[in-house]
Amino acid sequence: MADPSSVPQSVEDKWLLLPAFLRVKGLVKQHIDSFNYFVDTDLKNILKANNKVTSDVDPKFWLKYTDIRVGRPDRTDAETMNRAITPHECRLRDTTYSAPILVTVSYTRGKYVVKKQNVQIGRMPIMLRSNKCVLTGMNYDQLARAIECPLDPGGYFIVKGTEKVILVQEQLSKNRIIVERDPTKGIVQASVTSSTHGGLKSKSYVVTKKGHIYLRHNSIHEDVPIVIALKALGLQSDKEILLATAGNTEAFKSIFSPNLEEAAKLGVFTRQQALDYIGARVKINRRVIGPRRPPWEDALEALATVVLAHVPVEGLDFRPKAVFVATMTRRVLMAVQDEKLVDDRDYVGNKRLELAGQLLALLFEDLFKRFNTELKSSIDKVLKKPSRTSEFDAGQTLQFMGDHITAGFVRAISTGNWSLKRFKMERAGVTHVLSRLSFIAALGMMTRISSQFEKTRKVSGPRALQPSQWGMLCPSDTPEGEACGLVKNLALMTHITTDVEEEPIMRLAFMLGLEDVCLATGAEMYDHNNFMVHVNGMIIGLTRTPLHFVAKLRKLRRAGRISEFVSVYINHHHRAVYIACDGGRICRPLIIVERGQSLVTAEHVVLLRAGKMTFDAFLKLGLVEYLDVNEENDSRIALYERDIVFSGPGRTTHLEIEPFTILGAVAGLIPYPHHNQSPRNTYQCAMGKQAIGAIAYNQLNRIDTLLYLLVYPQKPMVKTRTIELVGYESLPAGQNATVAVMSYSGYDIEDALILNKSSLDRGYGRCQVMRKNVTMIRKYPNGTYDRLADAPQEENGGVQKRYDIIQPDGIAGVGERVDPGDIYVNKQTPTNANDNTAGMDGSVVASYRNTPMSYKSPVAGYIDKVLLTETENDNTLVKVLIRQTRRPELGDKFSSRHGQKGVCGLIVNQEDMPFNDQGVCPDSIMNPHGFPSRMTVGKMIELISGKAGVLTGKLRYGTAFGGSKVEDMSKLLMEHGFSYSGKDMLTSGITGESLEAFVFFGPIYYQKLKHMVMDKMHARARGPRATLTRQPTEGRSRDGGLRLGEMERDCLIGYGATQLLLERLMISSDKFEVCACETCGLMGYNGWCPYCKTSQKVAKLTIPYAAKLLFQELMAMNVMPRMVLEDV
Amino acid sequence: MATRSLNDPRRQVKVGTERVYDVANTEFPGNYPGEDHSWNLKKFRKDLKVEIQRLSRRSVEFDLVGVDASIANAFRRILIAEVPTIAIEHVYVWNNTSVIHDEVLAQRLGLVPLDVDPSQMEYHNGVATDRNTLVFRLQVACERRKGAAREETDPEKLYKNSNVLAKHLTWVPQGEQESFFADHPPKPTNDNILLAKLRPGQEIEIELHAIKGQGNEHAKWSPVGTASYRLLPNIQIHRPIPPPLAEKFQKCFSPGVISVDPTTKEVKVADPRRETMSREVLRHPEFEGMVSLSRIRDFFLFKIETESAYPPERLFTEAVTVFRDKVKRLKVAAQALAVEAAQAREGEADADADAAMETD
Repeated sequence: MADPSSVPQSVEDKWLLLPAFLRVKGLVKQHIDSFNYFVDTDLKNILKANNKVTSDVDPKFWLKYTDIRVGRPDRTDAETMNRAITPHECRLRDTTYSAPILVTVSYTRGKYVVKKQNVQIGRMPIMLRSNKCVLTGMNYDQLARAIECPLDPGGYFIVKGTEKVILVQEQLSKNRIIVERDPTKGIVQASVTSSTHGGLKSKSYVVTKKGHIYLRHNSIHEDVPIVIALKALGLQSDKEILLATAGNTEAFKSIFSPNLEEAAKLGVFTRQQALDYIGARVKINRRVIGPRRPPWEDALEALATVVLAHVPVEGLDFRPKAVFVATMTRRVLMAVQDEKLVDDRDYVGNKRLELAGQLLALLFEDLFKRFNTELKSSIDKVLKKPSRTSEFDAGQTLQFMGDHITAGFVRAISTGNWSLKRFKMERAGVTHVLSRLSFIAALGMMTRISSQFEKTRKVSGPRALQPSQWGMLCPSDTPEGEACGLVKNLALMTHITTDVEEEPIMRLAFMLGLEDVCLATGAEMYDHNNFMVHVNGMIIGLTRTPLHFVAKLRKLRRAGRISEFVSVYINHHHRAVYIACDGGRICRPLIIVERGQSLVTAEHVVLLRAGKMTFDAFLKLGLVEYLDVNEENDSRIALYERDIVFSGPGRTTHLEIEPFTILGAVAGLIPYPHHNQSPRNTYQCAMGKQAIGAIAYNQLNRIDTLLYLLVYPQKPMVKTRTIELVGYESLPAGQNATVAVMSYSGYDIEDALILNKSSLDRGYGRCQVMRKNVTMIRKYPNGTYDRLADAPQEENGGVQKRYDIIQPDGIAGVGERVDPGDIYVNKQTPTNANDNTAGMDGSVVASYRNTPMSYKSPVAGYIDKVLLTETENDNTLVKVLIRQTRRPELGDKFSSRHGQKGVCGLIVNQEDMPFNDQGVCPDSIMNPHGFPSRMTVGKMIELISGKAGVLTGKLRYGTAFGGSKVEDMSKLLMEHGFSYSGKDMLTSGITGESLEAFVFFGPIYYQKLKHMVMDKMHARARGPRATLTRQPTEGRSRDGGLRLGEMERDCLIGYGATQLLLERLMISSDKFEVCACETCGLMGYNGWCPYCKTSQKVAKLTIPYAAKLLFQELMAMNVMPRMVLEDV
Repeated sequence: MATRSLNDPRRQVKVGTERVYDVANTEFPGNYPGEDHSWNLKKFRKDLKVEIQRLSRRSVEFDLVGVDASIANAFRRILIAEVPTIAIEHVYVWNNTSVIHDEVLAQRLGLVPLDVDPSQMEYHNGVATDRNTLVFRLQVACERRKGAAREETDPEKLYKNSNVLAKHLTWVPQGEQESFFADHPPKPTNDNILLAKLRPGQEIEIELHAIKGQGNEHAKWSPVGTASYRLLPNIQIHRPIPPPLAEKFQKCFSPGVISVDPTTKEVKVADPRRETMSREVLRHPEFEGMVSLSRIRDFFLFKIETESAYPPERLFTEAVTVFRDKVKRLKVAAQALAVEAAQAREGEADADADAAMETD
C-alpha cells in the first residue's frame, strides 16, 4: 500500500493528453472508424455470407466470390488518361466521390473452374479522410494542392456534388434484457430485441399478466405461460423450473408458484406436451414445398430460430436458451418483488449508436443480394437455351450486370431513404446535406446524434439530461423546440466502438476459470456466491470470484491482450458480470489510478510534450484506458488529483483527463460557460452554427449554393482550449468588438445593439454572400442542343443595357458588376427540343428561344467565378458564382458567445459615440437590461479578461472549469490604470460632459449571424396573384402580399370596422363581379340567367373570387348553392 | 495660472465609488442668486488658456482651459467629422487576379491616408476636373525572384512584389496638376500600409480617383486617428495617510501621481495630470474618508493623433476655422430668420388690414 500521507502530485498539463487523443482519433473518428471497419472487415463478412450463386437450370454450375475489396477513388470518365481524382473536383463537377468495388470470383466454365480477379461489381461512395480516401495521409502541402482544407474533419460523402453526412443514430441496445414496469397496468416486463448478424430482428418478452408470467413473441399468437415455455425448452420437472427461475429465495418461490399450477391446469407436464401447446399457436409461414409438419416441429423451429434469435441453438441444445429465458423470468420476479430493480431505457449504457458503416453495411448486403439474384436469373436465362455457339462464360455476364449497386448507394445517400425490405427497414432522413454555413456548423454536424424517438410525443424521459451522459454527450448542445433533447452531440473525447470478435473473449473467459452455465443447476446459478457472466447479452458462465475475474480481465485489457474497447463490469443487483465487445457503445479515455496514484506522471507529460509519446503509447503502457458508460458507472472517477480516495470501498480507480471535455466541440467555444445560466450555453450552441466567418481554407475555391464569409474575421481575445484544438482560431467566425454596456438613445431596447458608423466604414461586420447559379447545356433526344449566344445587337449596333456584361461566349465576364435584371448567362433552347419526330441528326433546328439567366436580387453583385465543366452523363454544366459584399445595416443580427443575440437598432456616427479617457469609442453599445434576467456572467468575465488581454497584449483563456481567473484579470486592469471592476468613466459624445455612471467597457467577441435584413425585407402594394383563387401570392420569393390573418380579422370585427374589413378581405384581394339571378339564386353571365332563361331579375354584385370558385366547385359536386339576394 | 482654485467645488466633477456627481456646469445665468454668470468676453479672455504640452510628428497634446464642455466637444466633433481631407473614392478595376476581392480592396484603398493639402482642392460636384480629382494608379504584378534558395519560405525573398503596399500607388497628374502640385506631389502619408498580398502570376491594375470629403460621410475622410479630451484629475487628501499605508496609497494611483517622502512617509499629490482615474483608492476601506477624487470641469487635456496630411498642430486651428465658418453661417441664417420674421409680422399686419378693409 502506498503511504496515504503522500499527497498526490498534480500532474500539470495532463490536458495535453487531449490534443494527443485528437491527433490519433480526430474529431470525427467515430464516422471514419466505422466506415473503415465496414470497408475492411464487414464487407468481407457480408461477402462470406452471400458468396455462392448457383443455377436452377444447370446443377453443375456454380459461381463463388472469394474476395472483395474497395479500390481507390478514381475518375469514371471514359476517355481519361489521369484517373486520379480529388474530392474537390467531385464537388465542383457535381459527380460522386466513389471507388470501385472489386471482387475475385471463381466459377465453372464447362468442365473447368475459372478464377477472375478484380471484377468491378459497382462503385461505392467513399467517406472523406477514411483509409480509402486519397486525402488520408496527405500533408498540408499536398492538401493545398488538392484544394482541400487541412482543418476539414472529413467523415462525409460527396454524392452528385453535394456533401452528405450520415448522422449517428441512437438506438436501444440489442440482445440485452430490459426490465420495465408499467405502474398504471401493474405489468412488469422483461424484453429483449434480438439481432443476429444476418440482420434478423425480433423482440421477445417475458411479462406478468394477472399474477402469472408469460412468454410473448410476435411469431406466437398468444402469450405462452412461462412454465410451458421452459418445459418446451427442455426444463422438464417443476423442481428444475422453480430452481432455474426463483432459485432458493422463498419470496420468489411464492410469486412463481401460481405459474406451475397454471401449466398443470392446462395439462402440460412433459416437453412434448409443451411443444404441442406452443406448436398450435405458432404463426406458420406457409411454405409451398414439402409435406406438412406436425405442430411440435413448428414450435421447435420457432423456439430455435426466431424466439430470442441471438442465443445460439446448436444441434438442438436448448440449454442456453432455457437459461436465458429463466434469467429473464428471474429479472421479472426481482422487479415484482422490488420495484426499484427495473432498468432505465434512457440510461446511456443501454444505448447503442449506429454509424455510417453499419447503415452502409445493411445497404450493401441488400444491394448485393439483389445483385446476386439478378445475376442468377440472367445466368439461368442463358443456360436455359438448349444450344449455344460458345461455352457459357459467367464472367461475361458478371461484367455486364449494370450499375444497380452504384445507383443504389447514390440513391440512398442522396435522398436519405434507407428502405430495405429485406431487413424490414424503412427510414427517411438518414443523411443530411453538410451545413457549410460556418466551420463550426460543419463540425457540429459531424458530432450530431439523432434519436429514433418520435419528435411529436410529449414525454420528458428521453429528452431529459441523463446523468450517465457525463463526459460522453455534451450537456449543452441540443436544439430548442421539438427536437430538444432528442438530437444530441458527442463530447470532445467520446469514442464509439466498432465490433470486436467475441469468440476469443469467451474462450479467454473460460480460461480464467469460468464454469459453463449449461452445466449448472438453478440452485448453483443463484447461489449467493456465484455471479453469472454475460458476453454481449449471452449468458455463458458462472464465477465464484467476480472481483478477481473482472480484475484479471481488466489487467489483460490494459496489457493489450484483448481489444481496449472490451468493457467488463459487475452489476451487484443482478449478481452478474457483464462483458461487452459489441459496436456502437459510447466510451471515453480515462487515466488509471492505482494505489491512490495517477499512473500518468509528470515525466510522461514531459515526454508527451516533446512529442516522444503518443496517445497510443499511453494506452499500450496501460496508463490510460477506455471505459464505456456501463463500466464508467462501476468505477470511481476522481475529477482532480486532490479528490483521489486512497483506500476503502470508495477507492478511486480512475482520474478524469480534463473536466472541460464533458462539453462538445460547439459548446467548447463559449468562454467561461460555467458562469452562465445553462440555457444560455444551449442557445449559443445553436447560434454558433449560424455565425458568419471563415468556413475552410478552400472557401474561395468552392462553389456552394450559398456561402457566407466575413471580410475580416478575428480570433477571439478570450479563447478556450477547445477553440485551439478544433482550429477555430484559424477559421474564426466573429470579431472582437469594443462594447460599452450602457443605454443609448432608446434604439437599444429589447436587445437591440447600437453600432458605430466609423467602425462599419473601417470594415467591422462586413460580410460577403456568394450564391451559386447553375444551368445545364442540354442535349436533347432528337439531336438538338442548347447553346450559349452572345449579346443580341440592337438596330443601331449597340447592346441592350441588361446584356452589357455578356461576353462573346454568352456568359458574363468574371469581375463584372451584375445589376438587378441583368442577364449573365445567355442560354438559348431549340424550340423543337421535345419534338422527337424530326430527324435524329439534329440538323433540323427550327429556331431558338431565349432561356437566359437573369439576376434577381435587388442589390448589385459581382461575378466571382464561372465554371464550365461536364457532368457524368456528358452534359455541359455552367456554374456562375455571384458575390455581394454587405456592410452591416439596421436590423442585421449579431450575437455574443453567450446566447445573447440582438439586432442592430441604430448606426451612430463616431463623434456621437461616448469615449473614454484614452479616446476609445465603442464599436457597439449593448443595453445593460440584457444582463439581469439572462444571468450571463460569463460574458462579463469575457469582457474583463478580454480587456486585460488587450492591455497586456496576450490572448486570455476562458476554458470551462478553468481559464484565466477574474481576480488576476482585474488586477491586471488595475495595474494598467483602469478600474478594477472593468468600468470606465466615459464622456458623452453629444454633450461633451462626463456620463454620470461608470460604464462597463471592453472587448467582447461578437458573431454576425446569417440573418440579414436584406434577405428578409419585403413589402408590396400591387403584385402577382395566384391563378386559381386570384388572391395575392404568398411569400417573399413570389413577391407575395402580407396576410391579414384570422386574429387580425377578429380585431377588425370586434372594432366594427366593416368597411375596412371589406376592403382588406375582398376589394384589395380578389374582388370579382358576378351576375346573380334573384329568382333562382344562381350565377349567370352578362346580365343573363341561363337557368331561368331571363335577364329580368339579374343583379350585379361583387364577391370574392374564392367564393365564386367555391360555388362552382360545389356545383361540380352536385351541390347547388343558391344566393338569396335582398336590398339593403 | 487659472484664476480659480482647482479645489473650488463648483469646478469639480466628483468621482464617487459607484457614480460620477456634478457632471454639468451650474454656473449659468440665474442659477446662483446674486451672481452674474452672463457671458463676458473680457472674463472669457482672462480665463481661456491654451497650452501645448507635447508635440510630435503625429500627435499633439494640449490643455484647453476655461471653456465649457460643449465648446471643447464641438472642436472634438469637428476634428473627427468635419475637417476635410482627401481620400480615394472611385476605384476602376482593370484587372485584379489577387485573392482579395475588388470591393474589399477598394475599401482598403479608401482608408489609405493621402498626403495632399485639402485646401488645395475643391469638393467633387459630380464632374471630375483637375481641381477636384487626383488620379492614382496601382499596377503591381508578382513574379518569382530568380536565384532564391530552394528551401526558402519567406515570400519576401521568394517573390517580387509579394506585398502590395501603399507606396505602390503612383500619382498620375492631370491637366495643371503637374505644376500645381510640383513642390509637394500627392502620395500616401505612410508608404508601408499593406493593401493586398500577391503570389506569382497574380496582378493588380487599378485606377483610383481621390476626392475631398468629410469624416461624417465616411471614416476614411476623418483626419484624425483619435481626437479626444479628458478632464484634469484632481486628488484631494483630507486627512494625512498613516505612514504604514503610504506605499499602498501610492500604488492605488498611476505611477508618479503620488509622491511619498522617503523618511517621513508623508504623502503628497505630485502630478495629478498622470492619474488615469482607476478609482482603486476608493475600493479599499482603509482609505475611506481620507481622499476624494474629482476632475476639473473646464480643464480639458486634449489629445489629437493624426495620420493625415495635416500636421497635428494645424488640425486644431483647422477645426477652429470650420467652427467659425459654421458660426458665420449660423449668424447669417439667424439674421435672415430675424428679417423674415419681421417681414412676416409686417405682412400679417397688412393682411389683417386687408381683411379689415374687405369686411368693411
